[in-house]
Amino acid sequence: MLRRVLVTGLSAGLLAGLFVAAIQIAWITPIILEAEIYESAEARTEAPDPASRPGTSGASFVLPAAERLEGPAAERLEGNEGAWAPEDGLERTLFTVLANVLTGVGFGLILVAAVTLSGRHVDPGRGVLWGLAGFAVFTLAPALGLPPELPGMAAADLGARQTWWIGTVISTTGGLALIVFARHRLLKGLGVALLLAPHAVGAPHPGQFGGKVPGELAAEFAVASLFTAALFWTALGGIAGYFHRKIS
Amino acid sequence: MMEPNRNPAISGSEGGLVAVQRRVGAAVVAALIGVFVLFGVGLAQPDTLHNAAHDARHAFAFPCH
Repeated sequence: MLRRVLVTGLSAGLLAGLFVAAIQIAWITPIILEAEIYESAEARTEAPDPASRPGTSGASFVLPAAERLEGPAAERLEGNEGAWAPEDGLERTLFTVLANVLTGVGFGLILVAAVTLSGRHVDPGRGVLWGLAGFAVFTLAPALGLPPELPGMAAADLGARQTWWIGTVISTTGGLALIVFARHRLLKGLGVALLLAPHAVGAPHPGQFGGKVPGELAAEFAVASLFTAALFWTALGGIAGYFHRKIS
Repeated sequence: MMEPNRNPAISGSEGGLVAVQRRVGAAVVAALIGVFVLFGVGLAQPDTLHNAAHDARHAFAFPCH
């Protein structure tokens, strides 16, 4: 039983992770790289020259070499210069692929664990529904309070945001599980309350706006991030459902 | 100490109870490994881990920086 659960979670996570890595490299990473121009401008205390920006069409996010950052560790950290970081280019891309595969495996194991705990049989179609539940728990609910964030955006204390994020994930998981699986109306009502609770508490936000990233770029990133996550969870659920049926 | 599950629908026999225990055990082990991996990729603070997973953290909207 354990072997079956682990193999299903690992396989689905690996495939969905590779799938989302490809989308991320083609669509999301270029937006992050462009945001880092503004983030590093903060460090250099000079505004980037708007004339040197690549064009505004979606396909033109590949940055000219002169605009690329030097010393990735310096720009990717705030006040922690000198720490190791992958070099821009192939190395950074490979680590992004690795991070995506590991993220896929982590989410895949949790998804298959939830399916197993429920004792229900899944096929690819039902797997997609489970995947969408994962999307609601790990992406949509946290994003209601903490929208996907680019480097250089103003944000509250990291520890407070992580605490709220984890609390929201746990509360939304419990809420959805009660709404879907509980039989008693009171328990379903408790599920709704658990869904709403993190948003009643409210996510930690900085006292004022003041990020260096243009709003247009942040909006584009938020949509790209949410859409990509939706694709990832759909794929993860569908593939997990396929393996789950095939192995059992 | 928890009461054993007496729900006849899922533990009508001792064999059924063992099956439920194995199922729950497998789910818990898989979930713990999953949470451990996710914590390392998405939330852990050390600079090296943060930098290696930087772009994926932003893309998956983990709180970052």
